Amino acid sequence: MSSTNTNTDWDLIVKPQGAFFRLNLKELWAYRDLIILMVKRDLTALYKQTILGPVWMFLQPLFTTLLYTFLSKQAQFKTDNLPPLLFYLIGQTYWLYFAECFTKTSNTFITNASVFGKVYFPRMVMPVSVIVSNLIRLGIQMLMMLCVYGYYLVTTNDLHPQYGLLVLQPFLIVLLGLFALGLGVLFSAVTTKYRDFSFLLGFGLQLFMFVSGIVFPASTFSEKTRFVLMMNPVMSVTEAIKFGLTGQGYFSPLHLGVAVVAVVLVLFFSIMVFNRTERNFMDTV
Amino acid sequence: MSRKVIEITQLGKQYRLGQVGTSTLSDDFKRWLYRVRGKEDPFLKVGETNDRTKKGNSEYVWALRDINFSVNQGEVVGIIGKNGAGKSTLLKILSRTTTPTTGEYKIKGRVASLLEVGTGFHPDLSGRENVFLNGAIMGMSKAEIRRQFDAIVDFSGVERYIDTPVKRYSSGMYVRLAFAVAAHLEPEILIVDEVLAVGDQEFQDKCLGKMKSVSGEGRTVLFVSHNMAAVKSLCKRTIVMRNGQVHFDGRVTEGIAKYLEALNPSLNNGTIEPHHRTINAGAVFIRHLKLENEEFSNGNSIYFNNPIHISMDIAFEKDLNDVLLDARIGSNDGIELFHSMTLYGSDLLQVKKGMLKARVTLENRLQPGKYFISLGVHLSDGATQEYLENVLEINILNVTNTSEKGLIYDFKLGYARMNANWQITN
Repeated sequence: MSSTNTNTDWDLIVKPQGAFFRLNLKELWAYRDLIILMVKRDLTALYKQTILGPVWMFLQPLFTTLLYTFLSKQAQFKTDNLPPLLFYLIGQTYWLYFAECFTKTSNTFITNASVFGKVYFPRMVMPVSVIVSNLIRLGIQMLMMLCVYGYYLVTTNDLHPQYGLLVLQPFLIVLLGLFALGLGVLFSAVTTKYRDFSFLLGFGLQLFMFVSGIVFPASTFSEKTRFVLMMNPVMSVTEAIKFGLTGQGYFSPLHLGVAVVAVVLVLFFSIMVFNRTERNFMDTV
Repeated sequence: MSRKVIEITQLGKQYRLGQVGTSTLSDDFKRWLYRVRGKEDPFLKVGETNDRTKKGNSEYVWALRDINFSVNQGEVVGIIGKNGAGKSTLLKILSRTTTPTTGEYKIKGRVASLLEVGTGFHPDLSGRENVFLNGAIMGMSKAEIRRQFDAIVDFSGVERYIDTPVKRYSSGMYVRLAFAVAAHLEPEILIVDEVLAVGDQEFQDKCLGKMKSVSGEGRTVLFVSHNMAAVKSLCKRTIVMRNGQVHFDGRVTEGIAKYLEALNPSLNNGTIEPHHRTINAGAVFIRHLKLENEEFSNGNSIYFNNPIHISMDIAFEKDLNDVLLDARIGSNDGIELFHSMTLYGSDLLQVKKGMLKARVTLENRLQPGKYFISLGVHLSDGATQEYLENVLEINILNVTNTSEKGLIYDFKLGYARMNANWQITN
């Protein structure tokens, strides 16, 4: 809502050009009930008419993990001196969270076109609710991961939890989510007019996984390559989480600093593009 | 004078026609080049007014142009116009689902827009869950919905199914529930687009009643509809849109008459042009039409009580053996009054390919005023071959040419006179 001193009488003034950057948190807060309901809808409607229901939440990362575990035994992939099962499960848990947040938010405008075309509410409600519902999913999937983790913690001596770093984990998870939000929102804005970007995202994300330390840990790369690859916030964050849990992996304050700056920049830029898009996207979607 | 709650100045909306492709990319690039050099958008200068029937020269059209009006608190404004006149675009802009290309508008108060019922309904969720979801999308808080929940369910009349997924609902139930949520919004300004066209008669009446009571509470309503009876009963003021511009703004009766006039560009020597055709299946064409009443040489006026004579030339592109013709008379506020078709009097017509002349005489019991005649050619299975809605405007005079005492009366009650038998005794 923009209002100037001369027009204090009006609640809303709409002009062709909007503000350059507008993240109206107050308005978003006013719609918090909608965010909660959207999260609830995401979580409940997804598993309606399935027999296994929420069990699918466990099966998805589990099957991927089992496949990678099998492959790593055959092809002798390195897994940071960790049991492959645990290594891949940790990777998959956080990767799925990132990838789901990214792909689901990148569809914001296209999947919600019918709703957005009919009624106004802060468009940010949709991507934010996606992030929140995936945060809840991550929480549930972490339970499974922690069970496997606990098993190895008790039965082997491979794990050396860094308790100081575990405190940092919520922050790292939020950082990862915000990065996905930024990228997703950016893609959602550009795909409304040019669908080419949704193809790019489809295979780009697959390729991205291989340079994010999920399949090949940072330790497999030469020092120089690693330094460059760790500029990728997903890699520096997942490596730091893994290091906190197991004592294996890389905790690099420099690269985490880069990640924070990158996330802030991506968020700022993407919200700017989102603002521009949300005003007129119904005309081009 | 009461307070202004909506003020629209110089509002315009430009759309690009055709598909999004490489040419849009180059236009976007050009636009960006102009902007970085601090110049005005080059595409704002081009563009034509929006007449969908004519092929234009530009890819850019103005769906709305130079719209100026304001609405006071408590006013109920009906917005009418042909398809493509810009009504829905205007409502979309006012409900913030898209933004204007030029101009601006100001609003005071909470706005709820009802461009569709059931926005955001999720088929897998139950009626109850959807009420909450839909309410929240429309801007209600959870507490508000909870407070209104019983009233909503009661209004919808689907209480028994409230815990069933809405995908199992009949379409009528779906709409009922959806409208019930909308009806319990408590906005200061309500924007409604043609949503009453759904549901059965009972429910439509209920909705109209609800809208009436909403406007009675001092709220402002903008209402788009093609249902002239609804517009007439709800609104005092109408805005008639035509080709993206405000064609008329004023009292509802005049507005509706203007709208019907706009619908019926006058016949040029009785020759039927493509834009007169409401429906055409490609096999039958009414080519020429003439009001045969001879009282005035070129007018469309008819004496009170005189039958109406119409002749037409109909071209048949193939042999048809189950044809029927019909004629309707409608009032200038959009109500169909009389209907006549050949089937009532005779068997189905068998026609050979070629030109046919038809002549019809319609009994005239109409009260003085303006009326519209629609003509159609149909097949016996109900398939309409040619339909010219409101193609002929007639003006029934308040005088006869038979009785010496010409003047009947100056006021008009109803649309037609009844044949009645009065017996007075003492």
